[in-house]
Amino acid sequence: MPIRTEPITINIGPQHPSTHGVFRLRVTFDGEMIVDVEPVFGYLHRGTEKLAEERNYTQIVTLTDRLDYVASMTNNQAYCLGVERLMGIEVPVRGQYLRVMAAELQRIASHLVATGFLLQDLGALGTPLMYCFRERERILDLFEMLCGARITVSYMRPGGVYYDAPEDFWPALSRFLDYMPSYLDELEQLLAENEIILVRVRGVGILPIDRLIACSASGPILRASGLAWDWRKADPYDVYDGLEFDVPVGTNGDNLDRFWVRMQEMRQSLRIVRQCVEQIPGGPVRAELPLVLRPPKGAEAYGRVESPKGELGFYLVSDGGISPYRCKIRSPSLLNLTIIKDLLIGWKLADMIVNLGSIDINMGEVDR
Amino acid sequence: MNCSIGADSLFHDNVLYRHIYNAIGEVMPSSLCWLDHIISGFLIILILVNGVLLGAALFVWLERRVLGRMQNRLGPNRWGPFGLLQPIADLVKLLTKEDLVPQGADRIAFLMVPIVVVFPLIAGLAVVPIARNTFLADLNIGVLYLVAITGLSTLGIFMAGWSSGNRYAMFGAMRGVAMLISYEIPTVLSLVGIVLLAGSMSLVDVVNAQQIPFIVVQPLGILVFMLGISAELNRTPFDIVEAESELVAGYHTEYSGIKFALVQMAEFGGVVAASAVASTLFMGGWSGPFLSGQLGALWFLMKLGFFVFLFIWIRATFPRLRIDQIMAFAWKFLFPMSLINIVATTLQVYWLRDETGALSRGDLGLMTAINIPLAIVTVAAFGTLVRDKVRPPMSTFGAGAWPSRTTMPAAGQGDGA
Repeated sequence: MPIRTEPITINIGPQHPSTHGVFRLRVTFDGEMIVDVEPVFGYLHRGTEKLAEERNYTQIVTLTDRLDYVASMTNNQAYCLGVERLMGIEVPVRGQYLRVMAAELQRIASHLVATGFLLQDLGALGTPLMYCFRERERILDLFEMLCGARITVSYMRPGGVYYDAPEDFWPALSRFLDYMPSYLDELEQLLAENEIILVRVRGVGILPIDRLIACSASGPILRASGLAWDWRKADPYDVYDGLEFDVPVGTNGDNLDRFWVRMQEMRQSLRIVRQCVEQIPGGPVRAELPLVLRPPKGAEAYGRVESPKGELGFYLVSDGGISPYRCKIRSPSLLNLTIIKDLLIGWKLADMIVNLGSIDINMGEVDR
Repeated sequence: MNCSIGADSLFHDNVLYRHIYNAIGEVMPSSLCWLDHIISGFLIILILVNGVLLGAALFVWLERRVLGRMQNRLGPNRWGPFGLLQPIADLVKLLTKEDLVPQGADRIAFLMVPIVVVFPLIAGLAVVPIARNTFLADLNIGVLYLVAITGLSTLGIFMAGWSSGNRYAMFGAMRGVAMLISYEIPTVLSLVGIVLLAGSMSLVDVVNAQQIPFIVVQPLGILVFMLGISAELNRTPFDIVEAESELVAGYHTEYSGIKFALVQMAEFGGVVAASAVASTLFMGGWSGPFLSGQLGALWFLMKLGFFVFLFIWIRATFPRLRIDQIMAFAWKFLFPMSLINIVATTLQVYWLRDETGALSRGDLGLMTAINIPLAIVTVAAFGTLVRDKVRPPMSTFGAGAWPSRTTMPAAGQGDGA
């Protein structure tokens, strides 16, 4: 006699240990299997796009910090690129190099957080998370030297960066660059040689590449499924044109590949920073600009970067005033989240948490 | 002295009981000796319960400190020397919390759970000898009693999950029942080897039989026992019952205040109890390399500390398995290993024992020489077998064969995706 069962609906979030912020999922389970998922978000909506219409072009930089708060530098960069394109500002080369360095350090920091939380979601009670955060702390210390802030940095400005790096920044950076590869080896070994982690992530949460493209996903999750697509190569901004680096791609598009792609990107970022340290010229770090920027009326521009999570874009429209007429933010986390049904349905509850962690969403950016 | 225990008494061997009884007997008229027995019995229970509570509190502190160290942070260090009074501060905080019962809860079952989960922990420790002739009870079916008592904790978990009226709790409970019942079988079977070697189920006899610690005579036994008991105690990598990152707190999601404290105490005290049982059965309990009679309790505590540390270490290191992998591990790995251990031990005992059924030190040494290679071969063979079963077949690359790096097309060739 078959046992009559019925699906059970569970509300996961907005307060839940592993939804990465105030994210809510209404999940229908058949036993441990997920049969339906309904994401509910907007709990962290702060109206960033509307607030931007009330502030002048320099002030908006501080709003961008709070979008993806674990990767503020790349947010600054994307916005500043947008403003520069809007007004046709030429950024001094030293400023561009400093931006690229800061952005790549931020990429390492963000990927460390993503990896640490992925392991936390796997149930490794805090230990790998604390190890990742210890290394992230070194990067935040470097940021503190650059601009005095650690998380909400507001380091970049339209036309360059706010300050030149202080004298003691360079030895600290070179110590970091010497130390970091051995730590990455250790972290990779910790994961790639742990049988429990491998059985949990390998072959789990496979995302087919055509679905990812259909959902306009970008960033590491796209590359993990096999498409080598990176805006730093496809449409180089700042000084990425003159820097050598590889774009790592995965083959399976499972959780292990997404982890692996992030690991390799951290190594590539270190390579980029090293090249920047060698190549960086002297000179000013910021273009001479008036205190209050006034782009021409009717100008439109789209500034985009390859943020740690994918393509981050700012679409700015000017009406000739001191504030943008419209500031549309194309956030990678939100668009990567649209793949959620393909990612979660059919997997078990335990896998669901890991899958969700592996696409590395940030609710500050999703809800804006 | 009005009431005292003589050499012919049933209680003579139990030093603890005898001393308490005789001390009270000094002031007790001889017509009330039965009352002396009752008072001594209750005093023994008082010692046991408080010992377990104190042990659990100490363990909570130790776990948090050691985990903190392993995770590159400090752990509790404010209240008392080295933060030793932290568990007491926590307890006071929890006592002052509002005692909530959720609206949809089955009230009676919900309220009974803290008692049901704490009882087996305290009762189980009663048969563990702490030093020579110092135990609270010497049951001749001690091992069987332990197995029966610890089996009750499954009931507590199921009651908590069902009565809470919370779906996270029910998920935890359902997982728990499936897992705990599966792991009980290999855990119990791993103890059969010990019983065969000792020729008795009494824990006192088991300690006395360990001329060589059974941890080396029964390497498969200790392996299966430690893995099985980790699952029974819901500790990583088998903590799917609580699974903080999945089920918030699992079966005790809805518990708050002092009820939460009791449920937590059952969890943490369980580790202490399991370590005590493991050190008694596998490490020789109170017997040490020298001065076993005088320093018995110290040896016992050192061995207990070793196992406790092992549990904390495992918790700090391993991620969690998924439920299907956990079940596969129990039935495809631990269960056959415990069966192999039983067969091997039975044959060895059958061939090596003398006329009285006793085993000499040389016999145990020979068994060690056979069992350690056997354990290595078995673990290697079954490990490979299970790994192939558990691993998803679609994996195309391993740690040594990452896919090759490819570079992007040059700038300008991109078509905008």
